[in-house]
Amino acid sequence: MALDFSSLRQDFPILRREIRPGVPLIYLDSTATAQKPCAVIDAMDIYYRTCNANIHRGVHTLAEESTLLYEQARDKVAHFINAPSSRQVIFTRNATEAINLVVNSWGRVNLKKGDLVVLTEMEHHSNLVPWQILSAELGFELGFVTVTTDGLLDLDHYRTLLAENPKAVAFTGMSNVLGTINPVAEMTQLAHAAGAVVLVDGAQSVPHLSVDVQAWDVDFMVFSAHKMLGPTGIGVLYGKLPLLEHMPPFLGGGDMIKTVHLRSFVPNELPHKFEAGTPAIAEAVGFGAAIDYLEMVGMERIAAHEQDMIAYALERLEEVPGLTVLGPVAKQKGGVAAFTLKGIHPHDVAQILDGDGIAVRAGHHCAQPLHEKFEIPATTRASFYLYSTKEEVNRLIDGLYRVKKVFGE
Amino acid sequence: MEDLYREIIIDHYKNPQYRGHLDPSDIHFEDDNPLCGDHIEITLQLDTDGKVADGRFDGKGCAISQASADLLIESIIGKSIEDVKKLTKQDLLDLLGIELGPVRLKCALLSLKVLKAGIYGVSGDKSNLDE
Repeated sequence: MALDFSSLRQDFPILRREIRPGVPLIYLDSTATAQKPCAVIDAMDIYYRTCNANIHRGVHTLAEESTLLYEQARDKVAHFINAPSSRQVIFTRNATEAINLVVNSWGRVNLKKGDLVVLTEMEHHSNLVPWQILSAELGFELGFVTVTTDGLLDLDHYRTLLAENPKAVAFTGMSNVLGTINPVAEMTQLAHAAGAVVLVDGAQSVPHLSVDVQAWDVDFMVFSAHKMLGPTGIGVLYGKLPLLEHMPPFLGGGDMIKTVHLRSFVPNELPHKFEAGTPAIAEAVGFGAAIDYLEMVGMERIAAHEQDMIAYALERLEEVPGLTVLGPVAKQKGGVAAFTLKGIHPHDVAQILDGDGIAVRAGHHCAQPLHEKFEIPATTRASFYLYSTKEEVNRLIDGLYRVKKVFGE
Repeated sequence: MEDLYREIIIDHYKNPQYRGHLDPSDIHFEDDNPLCGDHIEITLQLDTDGKVADGRFDGKGCAISQASADLLIESIIGKSIEDVKKLTKQDLLDLLGIELGPVRLKCALLSLKVLKAGIYGVSGDKSNLDE
């Protein structure tokens, strides 16, 4: 059955906001963070009003209810990505922290001088810097799959790097700048054939595409709740059981232990081994509500809507003289359009668009090496989600003509 | 928001009077705004009295950062280094004549930061660099 996506907008209270009197918000920055439906806001509100307690060790009713809600959220995440078990879903602060967990726990034990780790030129800083830090300490090498001029990963170059038998391969499922949807299953299969462990940064792909970690066969995948209608402050590390079981703890503290003595401790079972200290409980509850909402709409339908949006956006953006969109054609792209406008800096573009209530992002979007490669300091980025409409794209185009007028272009 | 892009800003951005390099120069410094990648480089020549005889800026960035640099250089030519040291953030904002939020303030003030770092030297007294 066809779904009228514009009817979903009423579930998102912020979309009714006016940036100034008479100037409604046009939110085109969902790649940075998504807006939240009432279902998520209310779930967290109700949790704090009725059940708030610390989880796991308490015996009283509130502690039991909170524990149940927290663990139910984990079950929902496991189901959402088709993880074999909830034990393989570790709550972190965000995708960035999940990558740092893998790098510091798995990496520290398994990598040494002379080893190779393969990343790509389109990675977010979060999938570059943790590896750089550990590489400086342990002396392993980093290789980078090149990005072609049309914004795709060069898979021939990828095969060349795999021929050097890297220990690990880490890449994004979807570029947060180019929008490129990478062939995760194919790249994972090739990496496994070369004997490498695979980490997928799903921060951009998990919110927008159907994900099946078993079909993809990835070893690790990370993502953040806030980009998929959930709250900030909670993210996920998914990992294969044998890997997670052999990894040493990342952060130490309460909840991650089974027993503690003055000079020693025994770590807890999975997933608690990697969840030190009081976690983001209300956020987990909100995250669970976000997943319910996404499943109610349907990930296939969300992906189709965004495909429709990006195809229309690219068509309209190309009409604007002097405008260049980065990345591949609509078919190979998620709902992300990063562009340059000749002679006008992205910060000025974003600032003038803000005058029309249009929220876009300007800068290097935490992918500075990618911008260096394309020899541009920054881009303006419009991105879409399930609540985006073609009318908003029209308003963006009108706004861009106004930007050009201000600059006399 | 339109006020931000007053004619003076657009004019100094599109037709800067002081874009370029001085070679040789007595003072030379450059820096980035890591947030947006704006880059400003300033070169100054001093006369025998320690006054700014000539100055140039170069760099890339938004209209606010580049116009601000052009206006700043224009305002300091003929001034003594001691007077340039006394320049405040408000002096530069008065030159621009616009109200800025916290994010764009960094764009506007990058040139002043580079200028002062150049005058005080990288390892010198930076106490006056605070925005």
